[in-house]
Amino acid sequence: MTALNKKLARDLWHMRGQLITVALVVACGIATYVTMRGAYESVLYAQQDYYSRYRFADVFDHLTRAPDSLAASIASIPGVSSVQTRVVVEVTLDVPGLDEPALGRIISIPERAAPMLNSLCIRSGGYLDPGRRDGVIVSESFAKANKLNVGDTIGAVINGRWERLQIAGVAISPEYVYEIRGTEVFPDNRRFGVMWMSREALGPPFNMEGAFNDLTLSLAPGASEADVITRLDTLLDPYGGLGAYGRYDQLSNRFLSDEIVQDRITGIFIPTIFLGVAAFLIHVVLSRLVNTQRAPIGLLKAFGYSNLSIGLHYLKYALTAVLMGTIVGAPFGIWLGRGLAKLYEDFFRFPELRFISSPGMIGSAILISAVAACLGALGALRSVVALPPAEAMRPEAPARFRPGFAERLGLQRFLSISARMILRNLERRPGKALISTLALALAGAILVVGFYFYDGIDYMIRVEFQTASREDVAVTFNEPHGSSAQYAVAQLPGVMRTEAFRVVPVRLRFEHRFRRVAIMGLEPDRQLRRLIDLRLNAVDLPPEGVVLSSSLAKILGAAPGDRITAEVLEGRRPVRQVVVAGVVDDLIGASAYMDIHALNRLMEEGPTTSGAFLSVDPLVAERLYLFLKRTPAVSGVSVREAMLTSFRDTIARSLGISVGSLVGFACVIAFGMVYNGARITLSERSHELASLRVLGFTKAEVGWMLLGEQGLLAGVSIPLGFLFGYGICALLVRAMESELYRMPLVISGRTYAFSAIIVILASAFSGVLIFQRLRHLDLISVLKARE
Amino acid sequence: MPEPSQPPGGEWIAPGRKRPAGDAVFHVRGVTKVYRMGDMEVHALRGIDLDLFPGEFVVLLGPSGSGKSTLLNILGGLDVPTSGEVIYLDHDLTSASERELTRYRREHVGFVFQFYNLIPSLTALENTTLVTEIAENPLSADECLRLVGLEQRLHHFPAQLSGGEQQRVAIARAVAKRPEVLLCDEPTGALDYPTGKLVLEVLERVNRQLKTITVVITHNVAIAAMADRVIRISSGAIIDIHKNETKVAPSELTW
Repeated sequence: MTALNKKLARDLWHMRGQLITVALVVACGIATYVTMRGAYESVLYAQQDYYSRYRFADVFDHLTRAPDSLAASIASIPGVSSVQTRVVVEVTLDVPGLDEPALGRIISIPERAAPMLNSLCIRSGGYLDPGRRDGVIVSESFAKANKLNVGDTIGAVINGRWERLQIAGVAISPEYVYEIRGTEVFPDNRRFGVMWMSREALGPPFNMEGAFNDLTLSLAPGASEADVITRLDTLLDPYGGLGAYGRYDQLSNRFLSDEIVQDRITGIFIPTIFLGVAAFLIHVVLSRLVNTQRAPIGLLKAFGYSNLSIGLHYLKYALTAVLMGTIVGAPFGIWLGRGLAKLYEDFFRFPELRFISSPGMIGSAILISAVAACLGALGALRSVVALPPAEAMRPEAPARFRPGFAERLGLQRFLSISARMILRNLERRPGKALISTLALALAGAILVVGFYFYDGIDYMIRVEFQTASREDVAVTFNEPHGSSAQYAVAQLPGVMRTEAFRVVPVRLRFEHRFRRVAIMGLEPDRQLRRLIDLRLNAVDLPPEGVVLSSSLAKILGAAPGDRITAEVLEGRRPVRQVVVAGVVDDLIGASAYMDIHALNRLMEEGPTTSGAFLSVDPLVAERLYLFLKRTPAVSGVSVREAMLTSFRDTIARSLGISVGSLVGFACVIAFGMVYNGARITLSERSHELASLRVLGFTKAEVGWMLLGEQGLLAGVSIPLGFLFGYGICALLVRAMESELYRMPLVISGRTYAFSAIIVILASAFSGVLIFQRLRHLDLISVLKARE
Repeated sequence: MPEPSQPPGGEWIAPGRKRPAGDAVFHVRGVTKVYRMGDMEVHALRGIDLDLFPGEFVVLLGPSGSGKSTLLNILGGLDVPTSGEVIYLDHDLTSASERELTRYRREHVGFVFQFYNLIPSLTALENTTLVTEIAENPLSADECLRLVGLEQRLHHFPAQLSGGEQQRVAIARAVAKRPEVLLCDEPTGALDYPTGKLVLEVLERVNRQLKTITVVITHNVAIAAMADRVIRISSGAIIDIHKNETKVAPSELTW
């Protein structure tokens, strides 16, 4: 070991506290990079691999009924590579152990395993048993959520008949990586499940012998998706086609792809914060070190060491922090990433989701941190190089001070002497004070963002589940019924109130823009299902015209007063003109609402309902559920309370981990900033502080003069952090806003309070550590030594 | 100017201790100080006996390493002896805790350092005021700075003052709390000849007007002539205590 490296080792040991805090911040940067970048690459890889190996389709469509012979015409559309026609129905399920009825989406598959699009990945059990009509393969998330195993049976209402289905296998499909019904944003795997049955078993009861009502197809390389969709729509229009769509609009794929994009953004954004803070810390720590080592630097230069070798010597301090940060950060990042991958498995089902942590990725994490460290070290190194040896041997010129800003305003009467010291010291290095404050504010902002997710979701729950949807149960009929159906429902046990609704699938068109949605017709004086805008105001439905959600209005570019075209996609498929009567600023989805009577008139039908919202006497709810499970005319039942609980569980689990990590990371930043700030002040001013102790100031008084600076910075940073936090949340809300849902920008006082408290605690903790060091101030040397 | 009367805060005298003999303010008996430096023991003080009396100006003379600074540190409550006893009025400094020593320094001792040790971020006036804020019965900061002849430089920062001016601010700061004892460690050590004399004049004036016991450490023999008593220390022991029959005014000192 060279003498210079021995010096390095001893200096590093001497400044180990600072070294550790800097290394921790670097470790956070590397860990977040490895975790988030790794998650991004892992999910992206898993998605691509899954899609190609299991032949995920490119185009999807649902229709009323078409003969199998049409498949050949579809296959002959230019650009279509292969076509898979099938029967897809939704049925009410009776799952053992579940009081409420569940909803099953049954998809037909060939009786014998054969190559197909959206091929199944069997996880346990096997394929269907040819010849058995009651065999079913259920999705893994549904099986797990309901603790169903191969061989178990579930009850189902198959087109009016109650039947018992036996589980032959458990599988996953690339079509349902994110298994969601489509009416909610978050999965409810207990009450919604996808299952697969043989075409031979599923066809006859639903009048689909020799016919299909759903199809998926794959495209030939280079084919135009838009062309295929246009031709397909024309072809299927007479058969009740709902309008074909590509992967982009396929729900599961959309959620998954959105998630991947978000991972990519956060994987850049969050590590950048940490590495920026690390660079700054390296800058202040190294600058201080160089300052205290002016004499040794001068000496080394006088001995003939080159600028390069001395510069490299100091650069090694920064690189040591990177090395230590890597040793801690990379394994931690991998560990966290594996945890994240496990969490993903709760939401997204892949044949295999392996967390990828390639050496290349870790190498780039180290490289990026090293670059950040070098940037941070740059200023200090420049001053090393610029120092002429003779001058280096002399002590640094005394610090020049001047009255602070507040005093120049004539406010000094209000400032104690120690307050003036604090202010002047801060003002002497405004850049440092500013960056320290910004970094602390950033820590606070990270906390605000972390806790904001709870606020946003709380608010969504309040809007969607408590203010807007106040029904206990929503019942969907298997086909539109006259008003008698509503009276029948009202007679069911425990039903206290019913409100009918009508759902009509349409393609809304305005100018050249269009969107496939369902118009929801609601009763005019309703209590169970209300329209609520972002500010929690109830919105009235006008007696005529359609009310669009703001995201739909944006897609269509339509405003109140515009006449839009509604191409109805069921029944006789009339095409109508309807006036936009209003726009409601809501949170979930692109939706359209009408007064149910106006909708009936628009459809030129008598009083017709698709289902009803019920309020139910909780004491007899179970009897009602039992009844609904076996009612043939009912195709779907959703229970609000159950949905809410499952929603909260899922969210709590996933948020717990990410918010927990954010809190930890923010603490590291706050702690690292305050510790290093105070530690350097202590080193720069130890002489001054020791003199004060000699003069009879107590440790507490001297501690205040020392830590007051950091305290003030932390104090200023807190409201600033609130502001940053709000800003980042606003950006995040915009970035995450999709057609599927949007997060409300609502931040609670509790969130701000938590953020402030954690910043204060982290700062206070490092303050305590520094305060301990005041004990070791050498009072006696002060009498003798010049600084 | 007040006499050093019964000091406040006398509650921590050890039971059974005698007050210092006669009218001595400091009563030092058999004090030794041993430092451990690695495996070596350094005997900095080897049995010091000494009394200091109200209002006297004492010069501690000795070469570097003689132990004079160690003695000053013990008198000033910065250090405690290894053995022996140090009584200040009714305060036993030998067994005092760190907290008690801090309070002792705060209430009774003024320090002047070789390198001034002013707070760079505070003006002359503020450096002095800082001390008056923690004292019970301080002089006004203005008054102190007038006493050291700096009434024109009140609002200057240390970096804007010469060495001699800085040292005078340090003296003003030290006396502002009306200490019973003023301890000066080589106060002229970093100053040129005329400036050094100016500082000594200020110390003499403070001693005369405020009747503060003043102990000055120096290796400059010439300064001895302005003292009431001159104590010579060598190798950790007092080798001579000499009382000046006539004191020489600092302006007449030469070296």
